[in-house]
Amino acid sequence: MPLTFPIQSLSALVIVLAAAFAGPVSAQTAPPAADPNESCMMCHSDPAAKGSSGKSIGVDAKAFAGSVHGQMQFKCTDCHSDVSAEKLPHAPTLKPANCASCHEVPVKEYLETAHAKARAKGNTVAASCGDCHGTHDIQKSSEPTSRTNFARLDATCGACHGNEAVIKQANLPGGNVASQYRDSIHGRKTHSTGSDAAKAPSCAGCHGAHKILSKTDEASRVNRENIAAMCGSCHMQVLSRFNGSQHGIMRQAGNSAAPTCIDCHSAHQIQQHNTVQWQVDVIKECGGCHADFIKSYRDTYHGQVTQLGYTRVATCASCHGAHEVLPASNPKSMIAPENRVTTCRACHAGANANFAAYRPHGNAHDREGDPILYYTRIFMQLLLAGVFGFFGLHTLLWLVRSLVEVRSRRGRGGH
Amino acid sequence: MPNSIPMTKTMTPSHATSGRYYHRFGPIERVMHVFLMLTFIGCAITGVPLLFADHTWATVLVKFMGGFRGAALIHRICAAIMIVVFVGHVLRVFVKSFLAEDWLSVFWGPDSMVPNLKDGQDIVGQMKWFLGMGPRPQFDRFTYWEKFDYWAVFWGMFIIGGSGLMLWFPHFFSLFLPGWVFNVATIVHGEEALLAVGFIFTIHFFNGHLRPEKFPMDLVIFTGRLPEHELKEERPVEYARLVREGRLAALETDPPPAETVMFGRVLGSIGLILGVLTIIAIIYSVLF
Repeated sequence: MPLTFPIQSLSALVIVLAAAFAGPVSAQTAPPAADPNESCMMCHSDPAAKGSSGKSIGVDAKAFAGSVHGQMQFKCTDCHSDVSAEKLPHAPTLKPANCASCHEVPVKEYLETAHAKARAKGNTVAASCGDCHGTHDIQKSSEPTSRTNFARLDATCGACHGNEAVIKQANLPGGNVASQYRDSIHGRKTHSTGSDAAKAPSCAGCHGAHKILSKTDEASRVNRENIAAMCGSCHMQVLSRFNGSQHGIMRQAGNSAAPTCIDCHSAHQIQQHNTVQWQVDVIKECGGCHADFIKSYRDTYHGQVTQLGYTRVATCASCHGAHEVLPASNPKSMIAPENRVTTCRACHAGANANFAAYRPHGNAHDREGDPILYYTRIFMQLLLAGVFGFFGLHTLLWLVRSLVEVRSRRGRGGH
Repeated sequence: MPNSIPMTKTMTPSHATSGRYYHRFGPIERVMHVFLMLTFIGCAITGVPLLFADHTWATVLVKFMGGFRGAALIHRICAAIMIVVFVGHVLRVFVKSFLAEDWLSVFWGPDSMVPNLKDGQDIVGQMKWFLGMGPRPQFDRFTYWEKFDYWAVFWGMFIIGGSGLMLWFPHFFSLFLPGWVFNVATIVHGEEALLAVGFIFTIHFFNGHLRPEKFPMDLVIFTGRLPEHELKEERPVEYARLVREGRLAALETDPPPAETVMFGRVLGSIGLILGVLTIIAIIYSVLF
């Protein structure tokens, strides 16, 4: 999307202004234009007007009047500073509006981002000020109709990050993150009618507004090392539990491979924790690292039922906790020997010590660790092999013999 | 097995001449088989999906049965009925023995299900017959594969039923059993279930119903009666014995009523279809 300025707004403004007070005055005396915008609109008020390059140069005066700059009585030349109302017509090609002349800090932040760097290299697709804020119709982000309002940001960012063609062409990270976000708990919250809708983060809530740095940048809010603190800025209690967990302890010790928020929750597809789908899905996330344990879990009734998509039975978090997960050796752990009966009792009210000695990850393939299960499995498999081996052969031979008999009987019958 | 149809046709003229039928199974045995069959299929189609929970067909099947709780309920109702039928059968055997003039005849001899030397000889004889190395063995009232089916159910009832009860009532069993027993019960229940399902839905189906001589099904377990030629041909030792002991005439009966035959055909077909579908699902899941 090349950066174009739909310059329709100003023309209407001139008409409005002319009708309001300039008209009667100009009809009598026709002095030189006091309002520089009026001079501009002599050419730019026509929505069909085109410049020498063929681009539209029309400005919607009504939209400008409603914009934050219009409300502040800005002159066209405040932004288009290389034009002087006294020297018209101006040069056929103008510099882009200089936002930095007022918005120094945001533009400075913007210039450090992937968007700005790509543009500096000649990429015309990467977002500049106008792509997100609009041009003559810029509104404060607190306005519900603003492009940068929390409820509309996903559409604004999604113009590129939700556009399959742009995503493919520019190889944008994460794929269609706008669509993913919209289905996430954060996305659904921002689009809800609840009074707390604005509390849920939209794009800028996590990525920042102007200083949108790549996740590979150490200073980025969404850098792997900064994710927990960023999520924790809203989810404070969760962060404190996480920091006390084995995962959190490992991260604080500098182990970057240890999971952080997005490893289990994903970045843009975050689901509400109490939905069946999420509780069933997150098991696979645990299993992504704890491969042996998900395998042995799937051999139990708990694991089979969750695999079928139901959650009345124990998931990983039911026994291990979610953010507070700790190894059994830690006395605070839900699976520490002294806590196991309590943990089992959360579902199995009548659980006793024998019950809690059940091995939820019993591994029938581990001869050293689980000899009883190992040999039980071997015995059962030999039994199956023996029975099916003998009767399989028996059946096969019988079938062949029966068919032979049928054939010879038919032969005797003269067929 | 298209061969069976022409075979039946060629066999009919020479065999169906007498029109005489003989009692083989009494009403209690037939009803028990119906219950056993229905509850077994019920347990199979509600239980097998757990063993292949990562396959779509399992998810769809369980959803169809009212979710895992619906499936579990059906599974447990079927299991409970099956246990009642089994216990009823065992009690009946002892009552029969108590009432019989010769109590031992229930537990030993040609009318009992207990394997004997002849069964061993019959296995060898049958193998020779398969290989074209000898004549078909002369069977008595119960063949060795029928006795195997019978005792397989016995074994299965203890193994699957026992482990199933442990998993159903873990709180009770944990009062006196250590925790690892439930791990063992899980493995045993699943593996033995695969054995039972695999055996019944392939080998029992073939031996009892699907083999060319019987295809598509043998209705004797539903009607209780078998035609004279079948008794003479397939169980000549029993026939001779009944003639010798003068008991044959007492067993003679009319051909099975049409509605009983229809009942057997419908129920048998449902059982065969569900069983074969289950086997296809299992084989597919093991392979892919």
